[in-house]
Amino acid sequence: MRGELIWIFASACLINNFTLTYFLGLCPFFGVTGRLATALRLGLANIFVMTITAGAAWLLERFVLPWVPYLRLISFILVIASTVQFVEMLIRKTSPALFRALGIYLPLITTNCAILGLALFATNRGYGLLASVIYALGAGVGLLLALVLMASLREEAALAPVPRLVRGTALSFFVAGILSLAFMGFAGLFHGVVE
Amino acid sequence: MREREPGPWRLILTLGGAGWLAGALLVGVYLATDPSIQRNRARALFAAAQRVLPGAERIEAWLFKEGEPVRYEGPRDVPPPPGALFAGYGPDGTLVGVAIPAEGPGFQDTIRLVYGFDPQRRLVIGLEVLESRETPGLGDKIAYDPDFLANFGALEVEPEVVAVRRGEKRRPHEVDCITGATISSEAVVAILNRSLEAWLPRLERAAERMRERTGA
Amino acid sequence: MSGPVRESAWREFAKGWWRENPVFIAVLGLCPALAVTASLRNALVMSGATAFVLIGASLVVSALRHVVPRQVRISVYIVVIATLVTAVDFALAAWMPVAHRELGAFIALIVVNCLILGRQEAFASKNRPVLALADAAGMAGGFALSLCMIGAVRELLGNGRVLGLRVLPAAYEPWAVMILPPGGFFALGLLLTVFAWLRERAEQRRRAEQARVAAAARSGGGAP
Repeated sequence: MRGELIWIFASACLINNFTLTYFLGLCPFFGVTGRLATALRLGLANIFVMTITAGAAWLLERFVLPWVPYLRLISFILVIASTVQFVEMLIRKTSPALFRALGIYLPLITTNCAILGLALFATNRGYGLLASVIYALGAGVGLLLALVLMASLREEAALAPVPRLVRGTALSFFVAGILSLAFMGFAGLFHGVVE
Repeated sequence: MREREPGPWRLILTLGGAGWLAGALLVGVYLATDPSIQRNRARALFAAAQRVLPGAERIEAWLFKEGEPVRYEGPRDVPPPPGALFAGYGPDGTLVGVAIPAEGPGFQDTIRLVYGFDPQRRLVIGLEVLESRETPGLGDKIAYDPDFLANFGALEVEPEVVAVRRGEKRRPHEVDCITGATISSEAVVAILNRSLEAWLPRLERAAERMRERTGA
Repeated sequence: MSGPVRESAWREFAKGWWRENPVFIAVLGLCPALAVTASLRNALVMSGATAFVLIGASLVVSALRHVVPRQVRISVYIVVIATLVTAVDFALAAWMPVAHRELGAFIALIVVNCLILGRQEAFASKNRPVLALADAAGMAGGFALSLCMIGAVRELLGNGRVLGLRVLPAAYEPWAVMILPPGGFFALGLLLTVFAWLRERAEQRRRAEQARVAAAARSGGGAP
């Protein structure tokens, strides 16, 4: 059981990194990775929202959706939107400093496909509550890792002499491709822990 | 032109109306498509079971209810609940074997497969990968490499299935791995062993009951 | 339909294909553009599903643009989009089970394709249904065009085939990384570079032409 949880975490975080192998959450990946500090903060907020969403999605899938399967998408989106609102209010009450830092990024998370993707994947795989939450943590940490790596690389690349033709968006795609290639090296990791 | 501020009732009414309409539309779509979706799933399951049980003509789903194997009597165009086994009967009504769905972690992601087991001879007699995201061109060969799949034509399961390097299969409980896809091949073997370990103790009794139904 | 309307409808339709292409120019809807383009067939199914949702949502939103109060408009758009996506999801599962299995959760993820919500907010909610239809159809066409280009490049290089038919000789060693996730990034980066190069060349040619005309005018002794 413990082995399985480790594998679920590693799989979501490294082997099947949401951004680099499922292409989820590419908007913030290309949008906010101009600066390392903002990327870090957005990544942390994401982990938080993902974990709550995973728990809520499990509850819905277990207790509500067996009776109304056609409301799956709508209910997931509603949960995500309300979670983000709730998190926003919570942070504003408890830590105004963090709220100012995260401010604009929180609403952005609602339209982040990584969150909906997480809810869909976790329920499609039939994970239990604990496995769902571990999966969410793994996916969130993986997203944070991808954001931070990408931001660091882009901060470096801004100073590098790059051919004029690939400067800008094309360069970001090539960098992302190389990162994705590097993450493929994690395949097979923790392969033995389940037995 | 300035718009008048709409009252809260107007907002609630709009949202409620949109939700109600959406719900009504979805119920309609659901009722129209659900039978086909269920039938597709059930067909895929039964067809896979038939493919891993060579010689089987009729497939029946079985379930364990409070430890007792019972035949699943549900309609044919709805997939049986998870945890079901599939008994395959030959043209003369004898039990050819039992198809068992199994899943576990692969190189990339969860591998889902189904294998056929002959309880009489205690042999694996067929295996099919239903779903994998293994590396295209390497690991995904577990799903279609004929030499690899031939390993599971008559594979002994005692003491346990062992993965060996390609061409080194000597004993009937060994599996030749795919060159360049050792981990994916080993993953298939590991899934097989775990599933067998869980099912074998109960399978004897189930097979007995399944045989009793012969000719029914 | 009167002349000016037809003309502006045509303009709205034409812009999405290339000049304001959602993927190549606006860089929207990347998730499906990269996730399901390992083969041209999947790209085609995804394009069709997205087009249905985009056009349907644009028509509904445009028709209701005077009814829906501003404060709740985003929620209403999302409900409309999610409803259409769920319908497509069920329809594909019922009638195209193989394609549905290959695309998996990415069909449901059309809901969060920023292209669709973006068009509702930027265009359909402000224009009448004819124009909204033209805009949505153009954008859907541009989206399909880019998905198919990426899918064709990836399938050709990664598999030596297009639509499952062998195009490159059997001696071609498939560049398997192109059908793996990194290949999506590389293919899109490659296409963007090629487009940048083409644009630059066209620009140079235009300048050379201008210079030639100017030179000819000078040597001709100027205007009489």
